Amino acid sequence: MKAQKNIEASRAEVLEILKNPKNTHEQTMMALATLAENLLPYPDGTPEDFYSLYDKGIICDLDEGHAPYTARYILPDYDKLMKNGCKFLKLDLPKDLFEALNTLLIFYRHVPSITHFPVYMGNIDYLLEPFIQDTEEAKKMIRGFLIHCDRTFGSSFCHMNLGPKASRAGWIVLELESELKNSVPNMTLIYDPKITPDDFAELAIETALASANPAFAYKPAYDVDFKGRPFGIASCYNGLPIGGGAFTLSRLRLNKLANNSTSVSDFFDDTLPHAVRTLCQFMEEKTRFIVEETPFFSTHFLVNEGFIRQDNFVGLFGMAGLCECVNQLMKLQGKTERYGKDEEANQLGVKVMDALKEHVESFESKYSPDWDHHFMLHAQVGAAGDEGTSPGARIAIGEELPLYDHLRQAGLYHKYFPTGVGDIFPFDTTYSKNPAAILDVFKGAFKVGIRYISTYSSDSELVRVTGYLVKKSDIQAYAEGKQVINETVRGSYNAKEYDGTLRRKVRSI
Amino acid sequence: MLAPVNKIIDTSVVDGPGNRTAVFFQGCNFNCKYCHNPETLHMCTACGKCVEKCPVGALSLTQGKVVWNPAICKNCDTCIKVCSHQASPKISWMTVEALADRVIRNIPFIRGVTCSGGECTLQSEFIVHFFRRMKENDLNCLLDSNGSVISFEEEQSLMDVTDGVMLDIKAFDPEKHLALTGQKNELVLRNALYLASIGKLTEIRTVIAQNEIDNAKTVYEITKLLSPYLATTDIHYRIIAFRPFGVRKQFLELGTPSQKEMHSMEAIARSNGFDHITLT
Repeated sequence: MKAQKNIEASRAEVLEILKNPKNTHEQTMMALATLAENLLPYPDGTPEDFYSLYDKGIICDLDEGHAPYTARYILPDYDKLMKNGCKFLKLDLPKDLFEALNTLLIFYRHVPSITHFPVYMGNIDYLLEPFIQDTEEAKKMIRGFLIHCDRTFGSSFCHMNLGPKASRAGWIVLELESELKNSVPNMTLIYDPKITPDDFAELAIETALASANPAFAYKPAYDVDFKGRPFGIASCYNGLPIGGGAFTLSRLRLNKLANNSTSVSDFFDDTLPHAVRTLCQFMEEKTRFIVEETPFFSTHFLVNEGFIRQDNFVGLFGMAGLCECVNQLMKLQGKTERYGKDEEANQLGVKVMDALKEHVESFESKYSPDWDHHFMLHAQVGAAGDEGTSPGARIAIGEELPLYDHLRQAGLYHKYFPTGVGDIFPFDTTYSKNPAAILDVFKGAFKVGIRYISTYSSDSELVRVTGYLVKKSDIQAYAEGKQVINETVRGSYNAKEYDGTLRRKVRSI
Repeated sequence: MLAPVNKIIDTSVVDGPGNRTAVFFQGCNFNCKYCHNPETLHMCTACGKCVEKCPVGALSLTQGKVVWNPAICKNCDTCIKVCSHQASPKISWMTVEALADRVIRNIPFIRGVTCSGGECTLQSEFIVHFFRRMKENDLNCLLDSNGSVISFEEEQSLMDVTDGVMLDIKAFDPEKHLALTGQKNELVLRNALYLASIGKLTEIRTVIAQNEIDNAKTVYEITKLLSPYLATTDIHYRIIAFRPFGVRKQFLELGTPSQKEMHSMEAIARSNGFDHITLT
């Protein structure tokens, strides 16, 4: 646990941030803001056991900040913006494409989040389609808009959605993505085989092979979890209610929990329920702090004008390291079967998830009435200190299975995570000649339980690291001590997540 | 009923539309100079030469047959390199059921199955039964054939379960065809016309090699011959540049065509109304 720092130590940290030649001005400001926030202690009421679990690496708060002053992820209702404009920002309703794009860019600038950038940028094709008249002119304007987003919003966690219907705007955005190869925004096609035409889905795959965007979210699965209400994909790959979002996200490293258990029954009967309870209490206190001590939900224009509602926010209960957790639990039984290739280990993984789900659901939050006062599970992908902890429920890089077996295995676990889970399969360049083949694989994947899947081509300049995109050339530049606009590059490089990505199994014939 | 299977590729993106499982049967009635996998041409004669040379002892001569142990095989292909019969000891004799079960495991990730070779129609009776099993599982069934073994028109039981044929048009001129493949092409062209007429000519493909075939004539004549059917059926033309990989040494004088030549082939096909063309 980080001890309370004295003023001298804090000053030294401030200086270190100010003098870091690899920070852009904006990154320096943000680092100072984080430092200032973390001079405060965690919220009152944080359970004592939180600190010991934190020190053991079992609980990880993702450096979210001790005293958050906004909800972590916000998904404004952009339809409302296009219908009503925004009083606070003095925006009338847009009448043409130029005004629509300008309205969005202004609005994005004022959507807060954990990253200080808009983690949800709306269903962009649906938002723009009513304004498309001349295709060439539209393409030129949207091109400028996408470039603006990439160069202004320096975070790979800004996320646009597309689909499920095909539209002219959707075609234009996908064609531009192939050409621009930007790392911002992240993109997801909300896919429904009954609604999304194959040619549009194939174009999306072709685009993904060229630019690592978009990923595919299987709408029917999310519709069940979000009870048919509007949802969007924000940040990495997080499914969340539109007009709401997430208060906070913390997570358990299940592997570290297993390492601190003396037996399988100790894990199931004692350490797991205890850790879940502790983390839930911690998250509840953080939520209380945001809702009741900061002015966010009582003053922000997004709330005042109905773009978001507090009742529609949830807490995200994250987990990582299921793979290593199961391997450790097998070891505690004197067994060598491994998560991924062995059925017994995979079934133990299911048992761990069933237990985790039950414990998380048994916690009743004071908040989130729209979601029955419960936290939602999230397969968290990575952070500093994650060496030896595989993201979410993924099989460790290096132990990947043949494609179909791998998808079936991953399909066992996706159902547990309404608010985010995903698997990534880079394909050999041969596949770029036959995107329909990858669509077939995706369609099959959705039938075996996969709800979110993404791909990129083995020779792509853009790679999907754990759920977000970075450019290889940006990583290279940062490694050489240069500044890069996209601040995710720094996190990715420092967390060594990128290294693993390059070892990921490429699917080839 | 058993058939010799050289290889099964579970995820194939180059053997027809979408994602498919491709089954490669052993044995071919052609002997094309540019064959990329000549080890699929003939059946093993059990001469035992490969057994001696296998560096890991994965092959043995048992009861007059070469037996392959896949568990210890390192796939170094020494056996294939030393074989003087253009055969492979690494094939499996499979029943229809065993092969069907193997492919059905890949559902729901595949939309279909493609039988290739060697020349798959040497196993046409086996394939009829195999495809029936595939159809029970709603899989699309394609044949990759040289079109010279059977008359498709006379094999209605096969056509009933075949969704399409990808047909090699190696040369249009009968003598050139004979020189290149060892067989005449009269049946190939008849099959092409018949398949086009019933909408089951999924694809034609021609390898473009230098110093050998009259490429321009082949591309022109076949596209002209098939052009009347383009109004009612989509025929994909895959025009393939010769590459030396896997080709036997004595035939390496065949040259790889230039990009310019490939594009001129495409232009010829387009002039006869083909618009679904892939150059590879």
